Amino acid sequence: MSILEIKNVSKLFGPNAEQNAKLLDQGWTKEKMAKEKQITVGVNRVNMEIEEGEIFVIMGLSGSGKSTLVRMFNRLIEPTSGEILVNGKDLRKMNKEQLRNVRRKTISMVFQKFALFPHRSVLENVEYGLEIQKVAKAERRTKAETSLELVGLKGWETKMPDELSGGMQQRVGLARALANDPEVLLMDEAFSALDPLIRRDMQDELLELQDKMKKTIIFITHDLDEALRIGDRIALMKDGAVVQIGTPEEIMIQPANSYVARFVEDVDLSKVLTAAHVMRRPETITLDRGPRVALELMRERGVSNLFVIDRSKKLLGIITAEDAVTAMKTQQKLEDILIRDVPQVEPERMLNELFELVSTAKLPVAVVDERDRLTGVLIRGALLGALAGEVDNGEVNEYA
Amino acid sequence: MSMPKIPLAQWIQTLVDWLSLHWAGFFKGVSNIISYVVDIFTYFFMLPHPFLFVIIIGILGYIANRWSLAIFSALGFLLIYNLGYWTETMNTLGLVITSALISILIGVPLGIMCGSSKLAAQIITPLLDFMQTMPAFVYLLPAVTFFSLGVVPGVVASVIFAIPPTIRLTHLGIRQVSEELVEAADAFGSTGGQKLFKVQLPLALPTIMAGINQTIMLSLSMVVIASMIGAQGIGAVVYRAVGQLKIGEGFEAGLAVVVLAIVLDRLSQSLFKGGRKQRA
Repeated sequence: MSILEIKNVSKLFGPNAEQNAKLLDQGWTKEKMAKEKQITVGVNRVNMEIEEGEIFVIMGLSGSGKSTLVRMFNRLIEPTSGEILVNGKDLRKMNKEQLRNVRRKTISMVFQKFALFPHRSVLENVEYGLEIQKVAKAERRTKAETSLELVGLKGWETKMPDELSGGMQQRVGLARALANDPEVLLMDEAFSALDPLIRRDMQDELLELQDKMKKTIIFITHDLDEALRIGDRIALMKDGAVVQIGTPEEIMIQPANSYVARFVEDVDLSKVLTAAHVMRRPETITLDRGPRVALELMRERGVSNLFVIDRSKKLLGIITAEDAVTAMKTQQKLEDILIRDVPQVEPERMLNELFELVSTAKLPVAVVDERDRLTGVLIRGALLGALAGEVDNGEVNEYA
Repeated sequence: MSMPKIPLAQWIQTLVDWLSLHWAGFFKGVSNIISYVVDIFTYFFMLPHPFLFVIIIGILGYIANRWSLAIFSALGFLLIYNLGYWTETMNTLGLVITSALISILIGVPLGIMCGSSKLAAQIITPLLDFMQTMPAFVYLLPAVTFFSLGVVPGVVASVIFAIPPTIRLTHLGIRQVSEELVEAADAFGSTGGQKLFKVQLPLALPTIMAGINQTIMLSLSMVVIASMIGAQGIGAVVYRAVGQLKIGEGFEAGLAVVVLAIVLDRLSQSLFKGGRKQRA
């Protein structure tokens, strides 16, 4: 079961919003609603399922409804229609007490402009969520200190928020949200107010923290680079509706429509695509064959070398046509001409980290999985082709 | 064609008569409490010898705002003592402090109500306009009807005249707390009370204090008018002096009001600021 399920959630602003919500189901557009009913559609029938432990990015330009949407996840904004299921329980059916409990224990929030309480010290800010739950002073102090340590702010407890830089203030914001040990973290444009370098650092740190904590993070951003960098999955929003949900690769490679395509066209593909996306099928041979067979295979496939693998597809090395010719003349076995030192990369390696290796390597670069099995080969032309957008749905191309 | 006149005057008269007849017990009770509080304050202000009081006020001035205020307060009160208006000034101080206290006790909660409910704000704001612009003499008379002559109707009139800034600025202070902070308080699961006492009120405090300061000043400006209905104090001296064309005496008493005003203003402003520094 998904930790958070959003079913057909809409938010309408204006007269008789509740009654008019049904019109959306009848196919009324945002424009028609505005024109004929004086209703602004903030969020338009959004459906999404957020899985435990993932970083789910909701991205869109300003006015796309993403901030409104995320505020409905803890009912800071009341949805007009639809269901919001937190661990299977409908948030909209909860009374005040139950809702408070969800906010205290299950869902925490980090804000764009930090929203630190200026009259409270760093430690008191982090303690806030525990304090209002009436957690004993000593216990909440320990938890707050642990939380501050986690974000690297140990020793800053007694400072006031306005004595800290923006990046540090947002760390306090993060620590405050983590102190409650929530299951879900809502981060509303959490890094947007920071300057680019600090922002990169914070993104890295968030990913690092996430490795340790395995929280479910819902991250709002208007920055596609940020979305691609940290998102396990991305939901792209436009005019209050979700246009596409998918992994960063899916969004880049198979844009659902021209809007998404335009959105992603300026993105540096090398930071999104991995070795697995651009590798080709390798030509292989096993060691029990002779040099003559190897040469014949090379000629047939039009290549000048072959990867040598064992029966379980484990990569042993490579042989070149030149060596095979020599071996044939001197009656050597394949084993004698095997080059074991083959350049290799793992399938998850980003494209921008591959260029140097591929361009300087004398031999083809092998793509090898975590069990040392050969899964593909990197070819210079294919790499460049991928950058030009010629990726065939991210699958390994047939290569004859 | 003549338009029939609305008998507004008659209605008000009837209402006041009815209230003074049927609510006499209530007004008597309120009157007793107010005069008791004024008496207590006045008693405490009269308790120390004037010289001791001068020293105390000097120390308060020093705590609040270093030497300048300390010296001004001490010299000012010495002057009042020297001119022979000590008792009257202490009576006035009792009246002012009492009406300021009542204004705070009623005004701050009303301001909070305005801050949390639009409806309350819509009802209370025009009432405040009414209270601030209606000439004071007009509600002085019904005050006398309900509370008879003396210090109590003076306090009541002062409260009516002086309470609006406290309500308005409390409302403003709460409204000024940034939306994001209120959201943050909500997002962590605060109850309404927790949000109010841990976030909204602390952040609104500077503005609320400015309102309270205004309230003190306004109730001081009511002392002469209050003296017209028998409230004792420095206002009565001014009123009497003006009535008898004693220009010099009137100026002396007026000077005492000024000293009192400046000291109260500076003290109430900076005592609060000191508290804020401590916090930061």
